Amino acid sequence: MDRIDCNVMSETYIAQSKSIAARKLGEEMMIMSAVDSTFFTLNRVATAIWQAADGKTPLSKIAASLCEEFDVSRAQALADAEQFVKELSPHGILLVSDQPLAAAS
Amino acid sequence: MSLMSEMNQRALTLGVPLSVQFDITYRCNERCVHCYLDHDDHGELTLSEITPILDQLADAGVFFLTLSGGEVLMRRDFFDIVAYARSLQFNVKVKTNAVMIRESQARRLRDLGVEQIQISVYSHRHEVHDAITKLPGSLRRTLDAIRFLTSQGLKVTIANVLMKGNFSDGPGVVALARELGVAYTVDPTITPMMDGNRNVLALRISGNQLNETFRNPAMVGNVEEFCAPPLAPDESVMEGYPCSAGHTACYISPYGDVFPCVQFPLPSGNLRQQSFLAIWRDSTQLKEVRSIRAKDLPTCSTCSHVGSCTRCPGLAFMEGNMRGPSTADCEKSFQRTGIASANMLRLGAAAGLVQIQAAVH
Repeated sequence: MDRIDCNVMSETYIAQSKSIAARKLGEEMMIMSAVDSTFFTLNRVATAIWQAADGKTPLSKIAASLCEEFDVSRAQALADAEQFVKELSPHGILLVSDQPLAAAS
Repeated sequence: MSLMSEMNQRALTLGVPLSVQFDITYRCNERCVHCYLDHDDHGELTLSEITPILDQLADAGVFFLTLSGGEVLMRRDFFDIVAYARSLQFNVKVKTNAVMIRESQARRLRDLGVEQIQISVYSHRHEVHDAITKLPGSLRRTLDAIRFLTSQGLKVTIANVLMKGNFSDGPGVVALARELGVAYTVDPTITPMMDGNRNVLALRISGNQLNETFRNPAMVGNVEEFCAPPLAPDESVMEGYPCSAGHTACYISPYGDVFPCVQFPLPSGNLRQQSFLAIWRDSTQLKEVRSIRAKDLPTCSTCSHVGSCTRCPGLAFMEGNMRGPSTADCEKSFQRTGIASANMLRLGAAAGLVQIQAAVH
């Protein structure tokens, strides 16, 4: 997988789709797609990214907050954020744009 | 173990109520002959009372929210309730007779992201279905609604309660579900009324009919698996819990009363007087339900079916003892496997199965 360039990452915005059900259980997030009933669980890092996916905060800033919260390097945080977007966006539960966005259907 | 089973196990460990059924009204436009409810409104929760309850459920970790009744669409604010629940990211399932669902309501349910609609259908024949619901034209309207819902891409399940009066129509409903492209689930359980009246139990299908149902792959799936003899219980079975009621699930009535389950009428607190979490964590009734392990069931712990029985503690409670057997489930276990339950043997109910003649001297 190619690493997303930091400059591109800084212009990436993510938002939770409205077509999902989600709840935190312990330290993990459960998510179910209302479109195809696919069920996901997110680990602590992914849960933190998910909860920050408000459509307004650039992914680079979300990744930076992971550095502080999980004591990981910026490179690792970016890699985690990149992987998160790559894995969830094809299922329609995470919206991705190069512009700020509101949560959409 | 599936991801969902893992989450259930985690919820059990953490004491999280993963699933709640919330009956938002007992009012109904049908008068089904087997219904366990009284349909008068004795002071339903208002929308302004329901929204903070939903907030509390979300904070408590509830993920699966089933809105049921009565008929949910008898409430004019039904869609406001669904919209609020969806804004809190619940996985919402709706149980309805669908008589009041037309194209616009179906579209609204889709737009709100409702996960599944469960609809009661008693027969593929109008005269049989309508005689059970006591609402002329109800099957026609319900089937129209199913088509509206599926055309919106919504997932629909037909729930087919089997009684003496519609037993022979089971295969017809299976075929109808197939034709409509929706899921089918069979329920042969008729429960006593919430006030304890047991007259409706006369509608239950017979043992032979139960046996026939359990050998129909269209109704139960893999018959060999479904009817397999019980495995010897191991320690995990004996240390296990009878069901999810009060452990990872509970029921809320239209008046804010909290129960372990819709089929378990043990009042455990009221949401007009206490917060949901205060009831969930501290109710003496729920604590008692949670304290019961399979090994604590005086008769059932000695039963060969203990690890595979669908024993409902709520039905047992309605028979007088939440630790006792549920005779309806004894009958199901027996009809599935041909092996009498410990309770049947204790009561001599299986005497008709094995004739032992005393020696003549």
